Amino acid sequence: MSAVTKDRAEIEAVTPSTEPTEGANARKSGRGEKWKRFQRTRLLVLLMVPGLAYFLVFHYGAFIANAVAFKEYVPFDGLWASPWVGTENFSRMFGDPDFWHATWNTLFIAVLQLVFFFPAPLALALLLHSLTSDLLRRFTQSVIYLPHFLSWVVVVALFQQVLGDTGLLNATLSDAGLHTVDIIGNPDAYKPLVVLEVIWKDAGWGTIIFLAALMQVNEQLYEAAAIDGAGPWRRFWHVTLPSIRPIVILLLIMRLGDILSVGFEQMLLQRQSVGPEAGEVLDTFVFWQGIVGGDTGYAAAAGLFKGVVGAALVFTANRIAHRLGEQGVYK
Amino acid sequence: MSSHNAVRPAWMERPRPLTKAAKGVAVAVVLALVLIPFLVIVSTSLASNREVVANGGWVLWPTEPTLRAYRTVLSGGIVTEALGVSVVLTAAGTLFSLACTTFLAYALARPGVFGGKPVLLLILFTFLFPPGMIPAFLLVKGMGMMDTYAALVAPVLINVFNLIVLRGFFQGIPEELYEAARLDGANDWQILWRVVLPLSKAALAVVSLFYAVSYWNAWFHASIYLESDHWPLSQVLRTYVIGGSQIADTGLSEAGQVSAPQTTQMAVLVIATVPILLVYPFLQKYFTKGVLTGAIKS
Repeated sequence: MSAVTKDRAEIEAVTPSTEPTEGANARKSGRGEKWKRFQRTRLLVLLMVPGLAYFLVFHYGAFIANAVAFKEYVPFDGLWASPWVGTENFSRMFGDPDFWHATWNTLFIAVLQLVFFFPAPLALALLLHSLTSDLLRRFTQSVIYLPHFLSWVVVVALFQQVLGDTGLLNATLSDAGLHTVDIIGNPDAYKPLVVLEVIWKDAGWGTIIFLAALMQVNEQLYEAAAIDGAGPWRRFWHVTLPSIRPIVILLLIMRLGDILSVGFEQMLLQRQSVGPEAGEVLDTFVFWQGIVGGDTGYAAAAGLFKGVVGAALVFTANRIAHRLGEQGVYK
Repeated sequence: MSSHNAVRPAWMERPRPLTKAAKGVAVAVVLALVLIPFLVIVSTSLASNREVVANGGWVLWPTEPTLRAYRTVLSGGIVTEALGVSVVLTAAGTLFSLACTTFLAYALARPGVFGGKPVLLLILFTFLFPPGMIPAFLLVKGMGMMDTYAALVAPVLINVFNLIVLRGFFQGIPEELYEAARLDGANDWQILWRVVLPLSKAALAVVSLFYAVSYWNAWFHASIYLESDHWPLSQVLRTYVIGGSQIADTGLSEAGQVSAPQTTQMAVLVIATVPILLVYPFLQKYFTKGVLTGAIKS
């Protein structure tokens, strides 16, 4: 795609533009040139305005509103008139066991996700890719993409219905004369449960990118390997895996950069059922402190902490990607 | 792509029956794990009170199916109202989002636009540092959008991923077409409508369906910004199905409580899911066209 863009830039450069004098004295009259460019593309500039306004207000405006993390927020005074308190919110946060508890839960769930959720789409994609029946593969794809489009509310309700005290699973177990299992509302089972949910919802959808990568493996490599006497397993090990390595590493790095986010809506929906001890993660901590508890400055500090660490992780992960000779997320 | 794997290539050995069986079992298990929960929900919503109560709150296959739960839920109570809110909100939100995303993506896809590069950088940077919950909340409050539907649309107006999908698609349109239109005297606005949009139907369909699904499913913003009598369906669902609030005493239906709570809960769940199931085949059609995978790579 970048090659196409380059070509286009060249075309743009050689095509005589509607302004005949343009280009000749471009360097000399930089300002005049810019003005002409603005004139020539003013309709496009106009089209950018609503979108740009959105990003300025709701992304950069919110960025500035992070200042509240350094304030004692008084709703009556509003954001700007509230008194500054320096880093007081942060020092309080670092001494707050609840905050560390939320951090610990977040990391615990993130690691579980990395170990169990991350490889699931890859395994599924390999299974799908190995199916020789086109019809069966398409049908399976249609079915397993579906849960991705359901809201977390629906997914959590489904799990309650199937795994609850009197749900499908426990009824089946007791019919078979086996012990029932206590999953929904059990703090000990909470972390595996949320990982199971995210696997159910998004493992199928995650196969898309791996399937695309598998499709691009050069068929001749398989053929050559087969002629050299490599069986299915050796072809998988020596052709398939090396071919999809870059995409696996890219996705892994993206996930590492985002490790402090473990699914806000999903966690918020179920936090109540097990209590904060087991169910609080950083995002829900911010929500409960700030929006429910009204401790706005304090919650903003926790949110800002998460944001800064997240940005640093993305940055570091990308550096590692470049070091490994991979493309990374950005250049 | 479609011919890929359709027939076994000559070099590939015939699969052993054991391998074949193992694969078949694996696929069957995956399909069952995804589909059985849906079956439980739909069956329970269609089951009679007696059957649901006797079975402890769910049914795998209703022996005496009835639409009573749906009639209860849709007879003019909270769910009916919320359904209306969700439909309007999804339609309006998708329209605004699609328009703003398309305009911005088109402008950013054209070479040499005044300010194009800095704006693109500005937008890509937001990937690195997404807005925090508290600052966004204060912003919405400060702008006087509390208890307005604007609070559910404005803060999520443009999704950067969708923007990049569209921009990539617009960039893929051959430059010659732009040139030809320009020679015919069309300006950039006319080129957008006459050349670019008609050629981008697949990408526009995917992006608008993504927006529609996300507006339909969103509940968090509704829960913090809206009073309960303005709630969309997803938030109602959250309160009455997951929150476990007793449906009977919340005026769910003006007709009064006539069904077991589980059947009405599951009926609400089905109603919230059906629109997704309806748009799904359309979405499905475009997955294979590489609209998404092409964009992911860029």
